Amino acid sequence: MSYFLFRRLLSLLLTLLLATIVIFAVLEIVPGDPARLMLGINATEDAVAALREQLGLNQPLLTRYFSWIGGLLQGDLGRSFTYSSSVGELIGERIWVSLPLALLALTLSTVIAVPVGLYAAARRGRASDTAIMAATQFGIAIPNFWFALLLVYLFAIVLRWVPAGGFPGWEAGIWPALKALALPAIALALPQAAILSRIARSALIEVLGEDFIRTARAKGLTRSQTLWHHALRNALIPVVTIMGLQFAFLLAGTIIIENVFYLPGLGRLVFQAITQHDLPVVQGTVLLLVASVVLTNFLVDLVYAWIDPRLRKTAQ
Amino acid sequence: MSLLSVENLSLSIRGKPILKEVDFRLEPGRITGLVGESGSGKSLTALSIMQLLPSGSRATGSIRFNGQELLDAGEETMCALRGDDIGMVFQEPMTALNPLKTIGEQVAEGIRIHAGASDREAQERAAAILDRVGLPRERFPLSRFPHELSGGQRQRVVIAMACAMRPKLLIADEPTTALDVLVQARILELLRELVAEDNMAMLFISHDLGVVAELADDIVVMRRGEVKEAGPAVTVLKNRKHPYTAQLAEASSHIPAQSKPWHSEACDAPLLAVENLICEYPGHRMSLFAKSPPFRAVDDVSFEMQDGEILGLVGESGCGKSTLSRAILGLMRPVSGKILSKGEVLNTPEIIDTKGIVHLAQAVFQDPYGSFNPRHTAERLVAEPLFLDRIASRTEKRGRVVEALESVGLAADDLGKYPHEFSGGQRQRLAIARAIVNHPRLIVADEPVSALDVSIRAQILDLIVELRERKGLAWLFISHDLSVVHALCDTVMVMQHGKIVEAGPARPLYAAPKQAYTKELISAAPDLDAALKSRLKSAKPERMKK
Amino acid sequence: MTGQRSDTGERLPEAGSEPVGLARRLLASRAFLIGAIITLVILAMALISFLWTPYDVTKLVIANRLKPPSPSHLFGTDHFGRDIFSMIMVGSRNSIAVALVAVGIGMAIGVPLGAWAAAKRGIADDILMRTNDLIFAFPSILSAVMITAIFGPGAINAIIAIGIFNIPVFARLTRGGALSLWTREFVLAARVSGKGAARISIEHILPNITNLLIVQGTIQFSLGILAEAALSYVGLGAQPPMPSWGRMLFEAQTMMAIAPHMAIFPGLAIILTVLGLNLMGDGLRDALDPRLRETK
Repeated sequence: MSYFLFRRLLSLLLTLLLATIVIFAVLEIVPGDPARLMLGINATEDAVAALREQLGLNQPLLTRYFSWIGGLLQGDLGRSFTYSSSVGELIGERIWVSLPLALLALTLSTVIAVPVGLYAAARRGRASDTAIMAATQFGIAIPNFWFALLLVYLFAIVLRWVPAGGFPGWEAGIWPALKALALPAIALALPQAAILSRIARSALIEVLGEDFIRTARAKGLTRSQTLWHHALRNALIPVVTIMGLQFAFLLAGTIIIENVFYLPGLGRLVFQAITQHDLPVVQGTVLLLVASVVLTNFLVDLVYAWIDPRLRKTAQ
Repeated sequence: MSLLSVENLSLSIRGKPILKEVDFRLEPGRITGLVGESGSGKSLTALSIMQLLPSGSRATGSIRFNGQELLDAGEETMCALRGDDIGMVFQEPMTALNPLKTIGEQVAEGIRIHAGASDREAQERAAAILDRVGLPRERFPLSRFPHELSGGQRQRVVIAMACAMRPKLLIADEPTTALDVLVQARILELLRELVAEDNMAMLFISHDLGVVAELADDIVVMRRGEVKEAGPAVTVLKNRKHPYTAQLAEASSHIPAQSKPWHSEACDAPLLAVENLICEYPGHRMSLFAKSPPFRAVDDVSFEMQDGEILGLVGESGCGKSTLSRAILGLMRPVSGKILSKGEVLNTPEIIDTKGIVHLAQAVFQDPYGSFNPRHTAERLVAEPLFLDRIASRTEKRGRVVEALESVGLAADDLGKYPHEFSGGQRQRLAIARAIVNHPRLIVADEPVSALDVSIRAQILDLIVELRERKGLAWLFISHDLSVVHALCDTVMVMQHGKIVEAGPARPLYAAPKQAYTKELISAAPDLDAALKSRLKSAKPERMKK
Repeated sequence: MTGQRSDTGERLPEAGSEPVGLARRLLASRAFLIGAIITLVILAMALISFLWTPYDVTKLVIANRLKPPSPSHLFGTDHFGRDIFSMIMVGSRNSIAVALVAVGIGMAIGVPLGAWAAAKRGIADDILMRTNDLIFAFPSILSAVMITAIFGPGAINAIIAIGIFNIPVFARLTRGGALSLWTREFVLAARVSGKGAARISIEHILPNITNLLIVQGTIQFSLGILAEAALSYVGLGAQPPMPSWGRMLFEAQTMMAIAPHMAIFPGLAIILTVLGLNLMGDGLRDALDPRLRETK
């Protein structure tokens, strides 16, 4: 493994460790006694004390942190205060809505944005480029949840092509499930596609101004040969960076979009948990999302190393 | 019929005229030097031939290659010519290659396109041409990436790409300007051989008359988009009929006039004494547990300088000369050793006497664009070194600044101007004004003239000598250019791998260098007068034969 | 690299620094002008709303509920009979305030940190970069979730959540710009004059990255507007009765089938504001950086 990746891996682990400390510490200073919250106002002191003992809330801070971490390492995220199941199970159910949604949106955004951006770069300064750039300027300004509302109005209320919301579950079959995710994915993807296509365009334009492009032309390559054989791969580097950032953004964005479509994903889970002061669920969900952001960044680094030989050097 | 004839070529870019009625011809087997200062349009002339001009360009006139008109040739025709019959080499080898592709792929690509060769065939031919340009497959396999090669090696790859199809015409645009002299000499030798082998015509673009005098058969002198003079190189450079040619030639071998030769008064404690100085850069981390050893940039260097001495420090890039200058200026802490002035310790691993250093030495840098904060006026810029003197009175401060401006040939009117309102040469004067404003006794000048055109360079060299004579200023003059150092300096130090390998008074050192490395450097350095002399000598017997 | 550059490679002079040229270029930039006009209109709307709105947004007139747009109610009314145009006017205050303060937090903390890390390098720099990585791992919606879990929902939480996310953005930008400036010869000249790191940062480094900061500031401002809307929409931002654009969209959601105008107009207000800021930022960037303009 190259030293570059080794260093990135170290930094990934460090960031994850720090993130657990932050999440634990933040939720530790939440006012109010979880045991009392769980049992309601009418609970007796004895019952509260018993529950505190049972939840391990009487142990010192560090002990609780380490037992939380120890649990995490064994895949145990703790027990929900309000549901009678473990946090792991709750998240496990919901992630099968949020993760496919984010991946679908990322795929959609990439498939739209990269060709559009490259096309605009190749036709720089002409009418089609100007029109595309104006459209993306709008796309960036659109809040995805508002766009989602409009899509619901148009396709679910006016045209009645798709249900307005809800999720039949994957056991109902792939098509009904995908159909339920289609509008949310589009709503998430289009504003992101606007950003990504602008990045792709400017990356390609910048690469086309590099010296080695002129060298390639001096070798007798045509414009399109230069574009395909020399410019594209170099322009990919910034595009991949933004895709990595976008995945994190999309995953967080699902939290909001799920509210528009009444999808039973992580977003719904975490908002219910907040109103019910269900700390282990909040903790677990936030940690999962943070971990996936960090992991995505590492994947982006892997892609870098694959694209760019300068990062592939192994330590000697 | 000439291989290439350029007639009446005029070029404008977005309405701005660049070239005016340029005429010249290139013949097979001959090297034509195209010389001129920046803004002369020499590079754009080359790009006109390649038809690789920036967008918004309009060229009129005629460029005929092998009887074919290029100005109205279609893109398809040009693509067939480029890299096949016409090859081109560019100035910056560091950026001229695609960083993501192997050198083999990049050289083979052109062969595949033009010869219609299979992948394997193209690879074989790429290997052969890389071998020819001095990158044998055993040491430089085709799978190397550009970042694994040095600047000179990368330039060889670019030359291999340009020459892979044995072109009839090779255009080289300042191919050695970014390289060190020794590498430059080898690359020039390679180009000369390739031209002779294949009876190519070569258009060699350069700002350096010395290089052109050594290499070219014919010469075309350009200025502001016009051809001023053209003809056989030796004749044109020797007779200097056109005033501009004369001016260029005189400026390239300019020796600043000195009223009396300088000699040291060794009785004083030296103005600057460097004792066993060692400077290192920390090593890169290779893994969690291992670090590469620190890089020793300056390795046990000792020397002395007297008041009013102009000391030249020469060496190739990476030899440690800039690091040494930074240590003297207190910008970096040495690992061991000391720097003293008049017996006072200024810089050791433990202490940096900032005040002492500021009053002893100021600096002038290479880049006349980068050495000023673009947001400050000339007055504020020049006054910067007065910072530690805490001059409260505005009029006194302004008086000092005006005095400095006037001693470098600028005027009090310039006080309120911003850096971008000055020309390149004026900016270097401004930099010198800033360096002398607090009356230091030494100026450390790191490549102060290498970014300047020759005529401006000559003026700055004169200014350096003048300031020494008027104010007794000493100069530590750092340069990669041996001919400039020869023209200017009283004493010279040659640096290699962090060590001073040879030092002494300039004249004897140049006349009879003792170290092999110094000899090599001196013989590799292009020098207009020396080149002319040797070519005239070798030309004479020929004439007698006729 | 030493040596003279050929005439095509000659460096551009440091344009973009002269105030007169900058103003001229800005006025010539269509993007900047349109963006600036939109932004000014929105700002004016927010200010006027303190003095006057067409209708009182605190008064509920049930008889007037869910009226479509008409001459008397330009954008119609909501399910409580409130005038949507007036609510958009009042809601703009909240959006602008939250986004502006969040940018302020990001700049006030991020810029000094970035400048400090660039000046000191070494461990200070490492710590800053690791902290940045950590904060970047928490998208602002997650910070908002956690902050709300502690303090309960409110506009202040939105400000803090968005502001925290802005800190590493500005720290990174400042550090990057400063690092490249620290190697420039004019900074070396200042060091040779005996100036210390703090003074050089203030005199030479920061003034030369203000362009970058202003451009990034407008971008973060527009992102802040979007983020605030999203947080209010899910109930983590401004709370009723304080009108806010995101909250209005949340309330519109259940009325989509009968009163789509309730959703359309607040959304358009968000888009217009963000568009105006982005256009202004683009225009500024092009006017300030001639190199970027050429590659456009």
